[in-house]
Amino acid sequence: MNSTVVELKPVQEKRRRLGKVNVPKVTMAHGGGGKAMRDLIDDAFVSAFDNDALAPLEDQARFRLADLASIGDRLAVTTDSYVVHPMIFPGGDIGKLAVCGTVNDLAVGGAKPLYLTCGVIIEEGLDVQVLRDIALSMARTAAEAGVSIVTGDTKVVDKGACDKLFINTTGIGVIRQGLDLGVDKVQPGDAFLVNGLLGDHGAAILNARGDMALSTPLESDCAALHGLIDAILEAVPEVRFFRDATRGGIATVLNEVADASGVGIEIQENQTPLRDEVKGFCEILGLDPLYLANEGKLVCAVPGDRAEAALAAMRAHPLGREGAIIGAATDNRPGRVVMQTVFGGRRIVDMLVGEQLPRIC
Amino acid sequence: MKYVDEFRDPEKAKYLLTEIRALVDKLQAGRDRPLQIMEVCGGHTHAIFRYGIETMLPDEIELVHGPGCPVCVLPMGRVDDCVTLAEIPNVIFTTFGDAMRVPGSKKSLLQAKSEGADVRMVYSPLDALQLAKDNPGKEVVFFGLGFETTMPSTAMTVLQAEAEGIENFSLFCNHITIIPTVKAILDSPELQLDGFLGPGHVSMVIGNASYNFIAEQYGKPLVVAGFEPLDVLHAVWMVLKQIDEGRSEVENQYARVVPDEGNMVALNAIGRVYELREFFEWRGLGSIDHSGVRIREEYARFDAERKFAIQSIKIADPKSCQCGEVLKGVIKPWECKVFGGACTPETPLGALMVSSEGACAAYYQYGDVEKIHDLRAAIGADDCQVGETQAAEAS
Repeated sequence: MNSTVVELKPVQEKRRRLGKVNVPKVTMAHGGGGKAMRDLIDDAFVSAFDNDALAPLEDQARFRLADLASIGDRLAVTTDSYVVHPMIFPGGDIGKLAVCGTVNDLAVGGAKPLYLTCGVIIEEGLDVQVLRDIALSMARTAAEAGVSIVTGDTKVVDKGACDKLFINTTGIGVIRQGLDLGVDKVQPGDAFLVNGLLGDHGAAILNARGDMALSTPLESDCAALHGLIDAILEAVPEVRFFRDATRGGIATVLNEVADASGVGIEIQENQTPLRDEVKGFCEILGLDPLYLANEGKLVCAVPGDRAEAALAAMRAHPLGREGAIIGAATDNRPGRVVMQTVFGGRRIVDMLVGEQLPRIC
Repeated sequence: MKYVDEFRDPEKAKYLLTEIRALVDKLQAGRDRPLQIMEVCGGHTHAIFRYGIETMLPDEIELVHGPGCPVCVLPMGRVDDCVTLAEIPNVIFTTFGDAMRVPGSKKSLLQAKSEGADVRMVYSPLDALQLAKDNPGKEVVFFGLGFETTMPSTAMTVLQAEAEGIENFSLFCNHITIIPTVKAILDSPELQLDGFLGPGHVSMVIGNASYNFIAEQYGKPLVVAGFEPLDVLHAVWMVLKQIDEGRSEVENQYARVVPDEGNMVALNAIGRVYELREFFEWRGLGSIDHSGVRIREEYARFDAERKFAIQSIKIADPKSCQCGEVLKGVIKPWECKVFGGACTPETPLGALMVSSEGACAAYYQYGDVEKIHDLRAAIGADDCQVGETQAAEAS
């Protein structure tokens, strides 16, 4: 909690007593705007997110501009909705994801993440305890990441109108003076790095759905990356861009970069870090790990002669131990991503057309 | 990864490529056209593109990507039947993932799902049977497709349903069989193929003797191949070796998986449940005699076609499609009039653009787009506009 940045409302003499929910499941009554709703918000969210900006429960959170301006010269705002199924999976849950994902979307732009909002859409019938657990998971993740959840919204919808629980988080951060990162800033000769093993989240989620009846210890890599980003920027301020490689995997990020910067990108299959479990999972299902989602992996580019320094900074951080240099930008074939395969051949790595579907045989 | 990396060893690949180069130099003396080798199976097509094998082989070898992608060769009318089944109230329609996107004449299963049909992706027909057990009030239909590779699993599922007395499960059978189709290709007057890579997984079921006619009557070498990149290179080398030595035989490169006699248990299950259809329609190739199977009368109650009285309507392939010529190796995918213009993976007109195992989709996704563009310009195949082609189709 960064209390210096928050306008401290007159501290209440005594905090009001928080409401409790005494039924096991969320019902339509909890979305009705009355006492039941207030109790649910208190019980699940206010008690978990407890902080000074949220405490007054106004319709908006308020910040002093001067405090924000002391950190940097531009505001960064991002929003993302989380609808993951299953809600709870090895390595995380929808709450942790909703914090990390939005923190990362701020951090990859060079912003210091400060505040999050939390809007939830709940399907009637959800266990109140599950909601409490997920709110606590959000609170824990936010505390670890040093951000505050400062305002929120709760809606309950009829059974079938959503899948158990959807969360939207909007993030506000401040970009430090002088930083100007962008996917359009890559130049031929730049090196591309990733901060570790790829595809864990995508494989863990598919596996957690249980359809494949595969027993593997795969866990989501869900993590907030701003600390790692700070460490890399500290060592190599010339970083061109960061992107978290979420849906569509690193293949999608690299294609976006090739397109925006007008460079060709060549990656080496034998340099892309993958754990054996993910490789095996992809082999069995006919999936390509380059397109699997990550929730704690970023791609970045640095000038070629700074690649080793960036790699060293990455590896010195707990979230970058298995970092690797995976390829380079070239002036060959602008806009295309080409992979040198482990086998010695070359192939184009294109954008996916739709969802990646398992092959029949 | 153990048992996988060994078959992707770049050093061994270099050695094989040197040997292949030497054979090609010898064979090409006095020839005025490339050596054409067809890989019958879509799994091989996928491996070839996935590992960039075409970029490693000498230019004088042309790989022709054959008809072995069951998703690709499924005719539009059958996809329409799937949609009809899926839209029956109370039906849960189950399918392998990559069949969801195949376009019918009006919509794909993915679109039907978005409009409210209960379409579910499963990984095995047994998952569909389990769904039937879990939902006794519903009718569960499984979309059976594929060659002899997937036939045993659907046959076993029907037998299992019978044994357990599960009456709300049925199979929409679209299984096809590879041999009559290879024969149809061999009988094609435009044929120029010099040899075949035989389908590894199909052969694991049917064995190797079924291919003897290719070697004996048509004089073409065939090597049953595995799906790792070294398997493919090794099998190409074996085909070239046969040509060089003037032999045409059926050889088995994939002996670690394929027994010469096939799998008797699987063949028995297939024989119990299925019988040959007189003919079956293939997208891109037309009707081929005895190329599909249907469920025998004995198991009629598990046959979705009979249970729901499906009246298949034949939908002609779009006229501008040249999938048939690509499948036979007469033209390369990028030589097709509509490749990359009216026909793309987002809006496939033809069979081969549909699945990632289809030759055109593979070229489109993994191929060298700039090179293809130049090649198309050289043959005067300008990228036509989607609207124009659709207008031409309608007229």
